[in-house]
Amino acid sequence: MSHQSELISTDINAYLAQHERKELLRLLTCGSVDDGKSTLIGRLLHDSKMIYEDQLESIKADSVKSGTTGDDVDLALLVDGLQAEREQGITIDVAYRYFSTSRRKFIIADTPGHEQYTRNMVTGASTCDLAIILIDARHGVVTQTKRHSFIAALLGIKHILVAVNKMDLVDYREDVFDAIRNDYRSFSANLSIKDVQYLPISALRGDNVVDASVNMPWFRGSTLMHYLENVHIAADRNLTELRFPVQYVNRPTHDFRGYCGTIASGIIHPGDEITVLPSRTPSKIKSIVTSEGELDEAFAPMAVTLTLTDEVDASRGDMIVGTDSLPKTDQKFEAMVVWMAEEPMVPGKQYVVKHTTKKTFGSVSTLLYRVDVNSLERQAAPTLSLNEIGRCKLTLTQPIMHDDYQRNRSTGAFILIDRITNGTVGAGMIVEQRAGDSRADHWDTEPASDKLATSASFVTPDERAARYGQKAVTVLLTGLTGAGKTTTAYALERRLFELGRACTVLDGQNMRKGISKDLGFSADERSENLRRSAEVAKLINDAGLIAICAFVAPNKLARRRAREVIGNERFVVIHLSAPIEVCRQRDQEGLYALADSGQVANFPGVSYPYEAPEKPNLVLPTHEISVSEAVDRIVAFLDKREIIA
Amino acid sequence: MTGYNLTHLKQLEAESIFIIREVAAEFERPVMMYSIGKDSAVMLQLAIKAFHPAKPPFPLLHVDTTWKFRDMIRFRDEYIRDELGLDLIVHTNEEGKRNGVTPFTHGSKKYTDIMKTVALKQALSKHRFDAAFGGARRDEEKSRAKERVYSFRDRNHTWEPKNQRPELWNLYNGAINEGESIRVFPLSNWTELDVWQYIHLEKIPIVPLYFAANRPVVKRNGTLIMVDDDRMELEEGEQPEMKMVRFRTLGCYPLSGAEESTATTLPEIIQEMLLTKYSERQGRLIDYDQSGSMEAKKREGYF
Repeated sequence: MSHQSELISTDINAYLAQHERKELLRLLTCGSVDDGKSTLIGRLLHDSKMIYEDQLESIKADSVKSGTTGDDVDLALLVDGLQAEREQGITIDVAYRYFSTSRRKFIIADTPGHEQYTRNMVTGASTCDLAIILIDARHGVVTQTKRHSFIAALLGIKHILVAVNKMDLVDYREDVFDAIRNDYRSFSANLSIKDVQYLPISALRGDNVVDASVNMPWFRGSTLMHYLENVHIAADRNLTELRFPVQYVNRPTHDFRGYCGTIASGIIHPGDEITVLPSRTPSKIKSIVTSEGELDEAFAPMAVTLTLTDEVDASRGDMIVGTDSLPKTDQKFEAMVVWMAEEPMVPGKQYVVKHTTKKTFGSVSTLLYRVDVNSLERQAAPTLSLNEIGRCKLTLTQPIMHDDYQRNRSTGAFILIDRITNGTVGAGMIVEQRAGDSRADHWDTEPASDKLATSASFVTPDERAARYGQKAVTVLLTGLTGAGKTTTAYALERRLFELGRACTVLDGQNMRKGISKDLGFSADERSENLRRSAEVAKLINDAGLIAICAFVAPNKLARRRAREVIGNERFVVIHLSAPIEVCRQRDQEGLYALADSGQVANFPGVSYPYEAPEKPNLVLPTHEISVSEAVDRIVAFLDKREIIA
Repeated sequence: MTGYNLTHLKQLEAESIFIIREVAAEFERPVMMYSIGKDSAVMLQLAIKAFHPAKPPFPLLHVDTTWKFRDMIRFRDEYIRDELGLDLIVHTNEEGKRNGVTPFTHGSKKYTDIMKTVALKQALSKHRFDAAFGGARRDEEKSRAKERVYSFRDRNHTWEPKNQRPELWNLYNGAINEGESIRVFPLSNWTELDVWQYIHLEKIPIVPLYFAANRPVVKRNGTLIMVDDDRMELEEGEQPEMKMVRFRTLGCYPLSGAEESTATTLPEIIQEMLLTKYSERQGRLIDYDQSGSMEAKKREGYF
């Protein structure tokens, strides 16, 4: 295994000193065989000189026999075990590969890309820092790309490298790469991924894998290997909240009681004030014991033994935490669950729940929805089958100390074990909703109290309709920024008022000044703002009034959810269809310029997709008609539909 | 490296310690397979670290085929048992021994099956161990790339591919029924280089056979075999000669190929390994019995 370093033969001690300071990076490769995944892994192993001659000899022989690369060595054969897997009947599998450079040791979790292998990808992703998503340059972003990205984001992977492969088959064209990058960017804005990089490569020819490509001088970014060696992952760890699940109590003598465990997050020092949960017993760290002596400091993910200043009766499954930041201790929580077993999930059935070092029993009390991993749409479902993912409410027999998975992988993850078969049947990621949590998604949240009754009003909708001479509807004006939504909305309000109708306007301004002032502009927060607006519009309609809503509402799914909140028969969608070029020209506040430069993120039409409504009740080409013409058409429509008599 | 970063070896160490502690906490009768080799040396070091200042709360088990190098047995008895004072169980398949099963009389396949695989199962059943640590690594061979950290075995110690469980995060599922067991591989994510670097860094004592020295060897089927004692029957024309050799992997001496080498220090061993063109298992004769033999052995209960 000739690690290519002069030092090995000239100064082995210097070489060893250098290699003792390497970091560990775990990565996931996503893509099907057709995307060149195996070829890429083979290329990384080969070019980093991790292939022994006897191994190379054997694949050279195989290349002639079954390879697809003519006279070249088929590097994919180094890693392809799929056929053997099928023969063995192994259905759950992740293959782990190892290679290293002078800077880092790499562990590749290699999983098949097909939909049926969702559980494999989830398994592989659970320990990874980074995912390489392979896209075939000839095909661009496909359904599979979206599925892989969704799963990577769900499993809390913070870095995604989109590798546009087979550039050699599209003549190394920059415009092909650019188009794929833009496509990926617009769909992935819906996912919460911290860091996405794009790279044009040819795994087969070696372009931009280890060596920079001479065929793509237009690309100025780093090579794949350079990126893997340098991507900053240390900051991904949570070092702020101390979580130490007690794994094993060490009592060799009567005067030594040590709590063995791995620091899940945070930093710890002797003297630190801690709380033992769930008993809420306060104490202090007396010492951090290791076989190399006591430490002044320890941090995640070190495996240590702690002693405390007080006689505390803590046992396996308890958690030592920083007194200044307590996790939630609860028997009920919500989680995204991936189903891993042939036997479907049975809501209400008792499973063993393993979370940190604690085992208890629990059941899924409610399956809130299932996510279609291809369309990313939410669907009502009675159960989860193999490879399906859903949002669940769980109830355990004992409380567990947990955090939101995206903030703390160790204390946010759990598995479900079948009590009869002993199999691992489910994998869960806790979703914790905190007040002011910007990422919270409340479309499906059940009210906090289950004691809310629906009191019937003594005034009926018909009586209100008769009083105001109108059907109470919500008119959603959707379109890009600059399409004229707000202007049209207030002109419409004035016209209806003059016609003697009762109505009011909701728009981004008045919502965000009050009810939604805690929200920012991420995809999730935009969705939450629309949800709140829909709830307000519903109340306005309940009062018998017409609600005129001026929102970009770029997301098809969010609009559908708004329709569900308000009621199908009360929801009117009007698309203001001015194209983006016109909207840009009209933009006096310079919002598009800010979006182009990245100062405003997730901007619909620029860095976030605007999904035009498929079947709007009315389309108004606001780049061609005046405001009063637009209002005329809306009033005519409302008249025709007998909304205003 | 600055700030709150761990080196890859420290991170591997922490992860392996987690696995060892998890097994000690969740199983009733764990045992650590101790083969006297370099991987066992690292695994044992990690176990000692995991429970410091106590001793590991489980015994070591050595399956003695009676054909191990004399240096190995000496190291086992003098260092592991006497100096470290660890609880060591040595098990030999007495029936096989009585029937005169040797690598020379029965061939390597049958011999390995009877004296290693069957012996191991005897020992596990006799002591009713429900978890057995092994020092195998995933980088050793292609078929091991998918091996779990917790490898599930049924009542007959058999590995069934369909029964293996997905392993997510570090949430290992150790649920078993009475009579079933698991094999645990805490070094799964270590590579051969990691193992050697760790031995170097931690100054872990290893059997002298890993270092080059003048040893009596004969060349048989293209492999250098050490004549470790007078039980080795020489074939016609074979004359032991002294050569500077060392061993990259250790097992039964008639089945372990020696390499000509001048490496007498750890850095030199590592240097040699990094410059070699051949993978580690080349020196192990048992892999060559039949294609896919590792897979078959695993099913039968060998690691």
